[in-house]
Amino acid sequence: MIYREVGDFKTTYRADGQTFPIWFDRWRYYVVLAFAFCVVPFIINDYWAQAVLLPFLIYSIAAIGLNILTGYCGQVSLGTGGFMAVGAYACYKLMTSFPDLNIVFCVLLAGLITAMVGILFGLPSLRIKGFYLAVATLAAQFFLVWLFNKVAWFYNYSASGQINAPERTLFGYKITGAETSAPVTYLFCLALVVVLAVIARNLTRGHLGRSWMAIRDMDIAAEIIGVNPLKAKLTAFGISSFYIGIAGALLFAVYLGAVEVGEVFGILKSFLVLFMIIIGGLGSIFGCFAGAAFMVLLPVTLKNLLVGTLGWPTDIATHLEFSIVGLMIIVFLILEPHGLAQLWRIIKEKLRLWPFPH
Amino acid sequence: MKLKTLTAMALVAAMGTTPAFADLVFPSLSYRTGPYAANGIPFADGYEDYFKLLNARDGGIGGEMAKVIECETGYNTEKGVECYESTKGEGALVYQPLSTGITYQLIPKSAADGIPLHTMGYGRTSAANGKIFNTVFNYPANYWNGASAVVNHLLDVNDGDIKGKTLALVYHNSAYGKEPIRTLEELSKKHGFELTLLPVDHPGQEQKSQWLQIRREKPDYVTMWGWGVMNATAIQEAANIRYPMENFIGIWWSGSENDVKPVGAKADGYKALNFHGVGDDYPIYDDLEKYVYSKGDATGAGDQKGTILYNRGMYAAMLAAEAVKEAQKIHDVSAITPQQMRDGMEALEMTEDRMEALGMPNFGPSFSVSCENHGGPGLVSVNQWDADAEEWKQITDFTESDMDVIGALVDEDSAAYAEENKVEEACS
Repeated sequence: MIYREVGDFKTTYRADGQTFPIWFDRWRYYVVLAFAFCVVPFIINDYWAQAVLLPFLIYSIAAIGLNILTGYCGQVSLGTGGFMAVGAYACYKLMTSFPDLNIVFCVLLAGLITAMVGILFGLPSLRIKGFYLAVATLAAQFFLVWLFNKVAWFYNYSASGQINAPERTLFGYKITGAETSAPVTYLFCLALVVVLAVIARNLTRGHLGRSWMAIRDMDIAAEIIGVNPLKAKLTAFGISSFYIGIAGALLFAVYLGAVEVGEVFGILKSFLVLFMIIIGGLGSIFGCFAGAAFMVLLPVTLKNLLVGTLGWPTDIATHLEFSIVGLMIIVFLILEPHGLAQLWRIIKEKLRLWPFPH
Repeated sequence: MKLKTLTAMALVAAMGTTPAFADLVFPSLSYRTGPYAANGIPFADGYEDYFKLLNARDGGIGGEMAKVIECETGYNTEKGVECYESTKGEGALVYQPLSTGITYQLIPKSAADGIPLHTMGYGRTSAANGKIFNTVFNYPANYWNGASAVVNHLLDVNDGDIKGKTLALVYHNSAYGKEPIRTLEELSKKHGFELTLLPVDHPGQEQKSQWLQIRREKPDYVTMWGWGVMNATAIQEAANIRYPMENFIGIWWSGSENDVKPVGAKADGYKALNFHGVGDDYPIYDDLEKYVYSKGDATGAGDQKGTILYNRGMYAAMLAAEAVKEAQKIHDVSAITPQQMRDGMEALEMTEDRMEALGMPNFGPSFSVSCENHGGPGLVSVNQWDADAEEWKQITDFTESDMDVIGALVDEDSAAYAEENKVEEACS
């Protein structure tokens, strides 16, 4: 009844082209933002931040990054973990080499460095497609992890091969290090997520995003109508890696604090982010958030339910958790191949007609 | 509808974990799943069974019941952090994550929250310097003691001269496996042996190329820093290339029954370090039988008693329980806080008499902890596997390691940490 376009008149082109054309959607979006910025920081505790919200926000950025590349530009990548590692190690080297550099710039520069590495590994995409490209990016994954393990310069010659985030502050609040408080790290990540998501959303609606989608849908046709595949593919790789690098830097500096490349940024991380965008929905910014929430929340919820509430043995609960997550992925792929975002779209379509469907 | 039930379930789950402060809480960050489960299960069983025994026999520790909260980490650092955050609010007294990777995550958190961390025989070796690592303990022995003990054993075998010999280190390519490298490099300079480094990537099932290199270069000795499936794989590969087993020495994490049994008779003679007793020939096992096993109360499948890692879990629990007793004595309260637990750990002194009174005579080395030294004396023994009898034999006493070399390295590494994290020296 309230959820429909009828009566919501647009008088300018600007108003007509906005992201949320329906009044109700727009306000829901502002309410969610206001809740996230003004209410959550006051009720958040260490557990919610560390177990749920920080990983959700950080993986959302990674998922947006991969979705730009895979969902919008159609280039399959299995190198997400490796690119996240580039972001993390770049951030670490910047933090330790320039102790006075603000953490925000460290994170953004880490993203830029990752973007350059991403463009480099994106070059093969000009010649190869599909499975072959997936294997090329897989090589990037293994090469990067090997590199950060092998060359001691990247971890400042520490005995353990680990990198540890030193303490950094922003406006006097501790962002990294041991004594951070949950609201501060949460707000820092949230602010980055919001800015990056808005940029991503607008990029994908604009000229660049349309050229990516043209390449995705049929690259030869796109080339004939004047889309430069070199430019489109390499910008997709670059911007995607920028996002993934920022996610890696945040994962290391803000969330974990200490990182060992083989374990944290292994091939499993690439698959995790890939599952997120598949479950969330390829080619949708909302889908990135939905997928990240699904993959982060489901295991934690199941664990709390099975072990915390029902008191099951931890090993059985963990095995069951694996089975249930796997089963859900299969069920989703069969029943809703376009992911949670499509489910959301269907709900919205139905809501527009409700309560008079005919 | 579906969404509603899901949110309701999440809410119920969140409410279900409300903290209860009544007991002495010992979180067990265990791993009963994944490639390291074979080693994680016995440790977790032993850890929990000891507290069950204390509750059933003595009515807890100093009148307070002990409560073990188990949280599955799968040896994964992210899950380990989640486990830490979810259990610390329940009054956790001490964390023993049984993972060097998780330890590195928890060291700064433990300092910030004031909850002590006991990383027995693993973790960050330089945490032995209590002046800098105020809340972290790694008594009775650490990796660098282990590395030195390997070299000392080689010196013993070779009548004190290993100049020109070659030693290959096969290690898990992670913080854990890299820990001994620096010490071994120092020792190789001191004693004049040659060191070859052979990293094995997680999880460690693929070691063909490393063992091919060993077959080609024929090092006189091989030592291993492995864990989980990597151990059994390495011993199998060594057997395949007919490497003499008595020249193959593992760290204490590469020396459990689960690592050698799959290889069968060919594993005979394999050596591994240890810092506590082997087998179930201790009076405490009679009590465990009487109060825990016979009541069907054993943790897990109950089939691990007397194994190396079960004993190690029990030893870890025993040291924690003794530290609680110390803390109760110092602060004169029975329901201690994590900060008081820390004081108890720092005042811990294990003597022969004390272990005998606990039903564990000669189970571990006698040692004492101080504010400056959180690492104990580093007394290490060597075990050897007897494949016919299917049991580990302790072939040396608990002997000292080269503290000249290790002490200097500990000071250097902990000073670097202090500078990075701006930690003031305590204990003056």
